[in-house]
Amino acid sequence: MNKLSIKTRGALLSVAILVFALLIWHLATAPKVVSIPVASTGSSEYQALMGQSGGVSIEKSGFPTLTQMGEVFYKQLSSPFYDNGPNDKGIGIQLAYSLARVGLGFFLAMLVAIPFGFLIGMSPLAYEAFNPFIQVLKPISPLAWMPIALYTIKDSSISGIFVIFICSVWPMLLNTAFGVANVRKELLNVTKTLEVSPLRKAFLVILPAAAPTILTGMRISMGIAWLVIVAAEMLVGGTGIGYFLWNEWNNLSISSVIFAIVMIGLVGMVLDMAFARLQKAVSYAD
Amino acid sequence: MNSYRPFDPDRPLFSSRCSCGRHASDAEHALDLSARVDEEKMSADFVEASLVKALFPQESRRRAFLKAVGAGGAMSALSGFLPIGSLQAMAQEKAPLEKPDLKIGFIAITCATPLIMADPLGFYKKQGLNVTLNKTAGWALIRDKMLNKEHDASHFLSPMPLSMSMGLGSDPSQMRVATIQNVNGQAITLANKHKDNRDPKKWKGMKFAVPFEYSMHNFLLRYYVAQAGLDPDRDIQIRVTPPPEMVANLRAGNIDGFLGPDPFNQRAVYDEVGFIHILTKDIWDGHPCCAFGTSEEFIKKNPNTFAALYRAVLNASTMARDPANRPLIAKVISPANYLNQPETVVMQVLTGKFADGLGNVQNVPDRIDFNPIPWYSMATWMLTQMQRWGYVKGDVNYKDISEKVFLLTDAKKYMGETGITVPPLAKAGYKKDKIMGKEFDPNQPEAYLKSFSVSKA
Repeated sequence: MNKLSIKTRGALLSVAILVFALLIWHLATAPKVVSIPVASTGSSEYQALMGQSGGVSIEKSGFPTLTQMGEVFYKQLSSPFYDNGPNDKGIGIQLAYSLARVGLGFFLAMLVAIPFGFLIGMSPLAYEAFNPFIQVLKPISPLAWMPIALYTIKDSSISGIFVIFICSVWPMLLNTAFGVANVRKELLNVTKTLEVSPLRKAFLVILPAAAPTILTGMRISMGIAWLVIVAAEMLVGGTGIGYFLWNEWNNLSISSVIFAIVMIGLVGMVLDMAFARLQKAVSYAD
Repeated sequence: MNSYRPFDPDRPLFSSRCSCGRHASDAEHALDLSARVDEEKMSADFVEASLVKALFPQESRRRAFLKAVGAGGAMSALSGFLPIGSLQAMAQEKAPLEKPDLKIGFIAITCATPLIMADPLGFYKKQGLNVTLNKTAGWALIRDKMLNKEHDASHFLSPMPLSMSMGLGSDPSQMRVATIQNVNGQAITLANKHKDNRDPKKWKGMKFAVPFEYSMHNFLLRYYVAQAGLDPDRDIQIRVTPPPEMVANLRAGNIDGFLGPDPFNQRAVYDEVGFIHILTKDIWDGHPCCAFGTSEEFIKKNPNTFAALYRAVLNASTMARDPANRPLIAKVISPANYLNQPETVVMQVLTGKFADGLGNVQNVPDRIDFNPIPWYSMATWMLTQMQRWGYVKGDVNYKDISEKVFLLTDAKKYMGETGITVPPLAKAGYKKDKIMGKEFDPNQPEAYLKSFSVSKA
């Protein structure tokens, strides 16, 4: 056993935990077949209307079994890009819509937050002036903006993108400002002695030095944006993974809701991994 | 075969109590049906039927009159002073469409059946319209998307165009009701633990859900408990909750019951979390529920498109009225793109043969019906209830608002444009209704409002 690396052992343990969790799930939802004498519950017609076959009732626990889950996964993943009209599209298309919204909102936030963060990071005066506003705006739940966005922008899709924008801005802004303000004094002193122009200083010294912190901000923002898009789409409807989840909830189909949750988790993980990789690429060893 | 036959003394007006049963399969029926539905004849007959209804608000009088003079005599007598011919021509006019691509919002409930089925069954296409039906997440969003002009026309709760036009709960914006989507079709569903608690007098302290404040659901639930002597604002709790959450909350025990739209009443039974206490049909038989409408601005800008839309939804309503078509309709509106519900649940709602959650199979063919006429008196009743529960303060000009928002017929307008004298329709559009045995006279709304013992007005 000792020959296995900690990584392999961890992976094995993960699999064991998964199997254990699924086993508990299976046992908890195992269908109990109860045979009911026809006379006591009324006619077989009644049972047919209740979705039961005559004489035997499958007790509805409301929670899907593993087999049902498997069926949903198979059905959804075997044709992820079908399109049956405006209200019924495959999971792949829905995820693409959500990713596009997140991407656009995030990109816009980046355009605003990084230059602005640079500014307040480099100027202590600007920092002091803007800090109170940032502190008030930062803790507001992005969804609280939704009614105002709908009211003023008058377009639900753009409102969704705006909500992503507003939730992505703050972590990026603060982290950029923090990173820029904390560039090591030695580096700045060197630029002074070499009489580097301010623009070159910003791009060639401060930006690389602050890059890991800025990327941390971006990673946090992306995490929040992915959290928020689901809720936003459930609210506005139309398209996207949030709409998919809401539509299945409308149908009270818990298995599809769970499927959507797993998909959201997986995509979120991939996004986070991508940013972790980027972060690694720009970090430097002291 | 169409259901509007105003000059046939043996058939009730605006009703179609005939079952087909002559076809082996739904597909065969649909095929035969599309051959049989002669749209132009139908819309012509609808106009005639509306007029006859206006002249003879009481069914017995109409029948007596027709029996006395005969259909032919009646028709020539009527056409003597009503321009039936030109009205029918108006209704059929196929003018170029200003805006053939339309977005229509809907909530995934059976109330919107005509509006929804018009898509898969091709009623919109027949009128040259390219309609996208947008499933919308809730009533507040239906309101906002109409205000934002994201939707060209929409499924509404029938009190919503009134409240929106009056600026209640939103900026004032002129909305119009073209047709009523459905009558009846709701129910009070209670949690299983209340199986022995069927007397509303004992409901003090219970929690109920309704889908929206300005809804017939809210007004009917309030009316029902108030008739039992409870004050809906003090003795029970009423929450605004989206319908699917009603079922989930019922399961979780957060609410004791709800007055909600179908198929969620039936869904609660199907999921074994509740039972149907009463159908709203038993509170007010023939009450309106949802409506189809759009903004005044849209109608003004796109009169021909609106007329085409009007015809499409009217034709769909006519098809939906016939019980023989209901199984087919249940099949086409159940998939994920529309209602996203098990077909057997939708079928039980539309056919009226349903499991009630108490072990009985009930057979109520008019559990839901699709009578499109937007009576002014319905609007008037809603206004009295908005006043009764304090949504509207002060005096209300019932007649003005009702007749402005509910487009009983576009005929008046068209006739004015073409220089034909407007027929004496002034009193038409008002009818008396009985709600839990209490008569509502739309000509005396103030007196009606004052007659309630439980009231905030």
